[in-house]
Amino acid sequence: MAESRNIVRVSGVTKTFQLGKVEVKALTGVDLEIAAGCYLSIMGPSGSGKSTLFNMIGGLDKPTSGRVFIDEVDIAQLDAYELAWLRCRKIGYIFQTFNIIQVMTALENVTLPMIFGGMNNDEAIEKGIQLLELVGLGDRYLHKPNELSGGQQQRVAVARALANDPAIILADEPTGNLDLKTGEEIIALLKQLSRERNVTVISATHDFKMLNVSDQVVWIRDGRVDKIENRDELSISLGDIGTKE
Amino acid sequence: MVDDGSVANEGARSEAPPNRLLVLPIKKSVEIALKSIRVRFFRSLITTISLVLAVSFLSFVNVTTDVANGLLAKEDPGLRRVLIRSGYDIAPEENSVGSSPKLRWIIILSLMVCVVGIVNAHLMAGTERFREIGTMKCLGALDRFILKLFLLEAGMQGLAGAGAGALLGALFSLFNSFIRFGNVALTALSWADVGQSVLFAILVGFILSLVGVMYPAIVAARMQPVEAMRTEE
Repeated sequence: MAESRNIVRVSGVTKTFQLGKVEVKALTGVDLEIAAGCYLSIMGPSGSGKSTLFNMIGGLDKPTSGRVFIDEVDIAQLDAYELAWLRCRKIGYIFQTFNIIQVMTALENVTLPMIFGGMNNDEAIEKGIQLLELVGLGDRYLHKPNELSGGQQQRVAVARALANDPAIILADEPTGNLDLKTGEEIIALLKQLSRERNVTVISATHDFKMLNVSDQVVWIRDGRVDKIENRDELSISLGDIGTKE
Repeated sequence: MVDDGSVANEGARSEAPPNRLLVLPIKKSVEIALKSIRVRFFRSLITTISLVLAVSFLSFVNVTTDVANGLLAKEDPGLRRVLIRSGYDIAPEENSVGSSPKLRWIIILSLMVCVVGIVNAHLMAGTERFREIGTMKCLGALDRFILKLFLLEAGMQGLAGAGAGALLGALFSLFNSFIRFGNVALTALSWADVGQSVLFAILVGFILSLVGVMYPAIVAARMQPVEAMRTEE
């Protein structure tokens, strides 16, 4: 822990949702440290609190108790402006449903976060084209999302997530809406980016293809961390999964 | 725990860039607003049509009054008789007409109905665009960026709709007067008054459009990104 910097630190986080008169505990005390440059997968069945934890780390939601630090800044202390800034500059989001803005072209989608971040238009366009080339869409940047396949849309989303050179990429089920082969391509792309650009990739998933490339896997069960496995331990448990199925 | 947190916080602060800037330049926001009007043209058109109708009614009534005033200004007893026959209550000593209280009420009502229609249309459009708004917020958009986009869109729709409505109403009124009173209706007319009536109608329409979008825009802008994303399921 001492040698590598922690980009995300979650300590004693609980989250309770009020559903009518019933209190639902989505998280019951999670502690987690994520080293910079790590490729981490959060695994768990649906309803395990995986998405809730994911939203906390992304600064999209605030914990009921406990603290979430991103780059050693407690996100509960941030006001709306600082949170938005964090989302813009520090974190890149990738979603299961791509969430490409439909009315804009691929390039405009990628440049939007840069414009928000104060970059001038020409620079943003230049960088946007570079990023789209990086994800293999160099020739399609003027296409609208509905002219792109699911895999291509997700590539646009990856390029957009990289727009402001974030420290963290958060991917929520990035392969959930993709077929096997396209899913593998996206995973490979994320892995490559994490290695080349030293970006921390955190993905919530139940896609076992993700395990192969993860440096660390966090298993969530019933609102808490069940176990954390590093890459070297992983091959054994992967065998277990194989035999279970 | 406490002391290690504060030390780390200081470390992060020195790293952070001095100006944490988030902007949406006006040129870019106009571009985005125009684009979303164009893409959702049919929906925008429907939103705008209620405004066109209400504004054209307002403009029709005002321009028709202008025509009547023009005819009265001629001080020709024949024209005065024609006017009275076509429904104007003109006392012998009066030299101008205004719109009757009843007519004013109808105008106000039609404008109110129009605003309610605009609010409704924008609320619907807002729910349709939850995802887009949520995505923008995840990319770092502030509440006021969303507000700005909604207001710009409504402003442009308002100007276009009110402009079209005011011209339509004025033309129809002039045409109608020409049929009823003949050529003299147009020659006796003070065109400055007509221009004023049309501009007034455009202004009213523009303001109504902005008033109508206010509440939906605030609702959309205040939305938390998680909520916005959750609606996709």
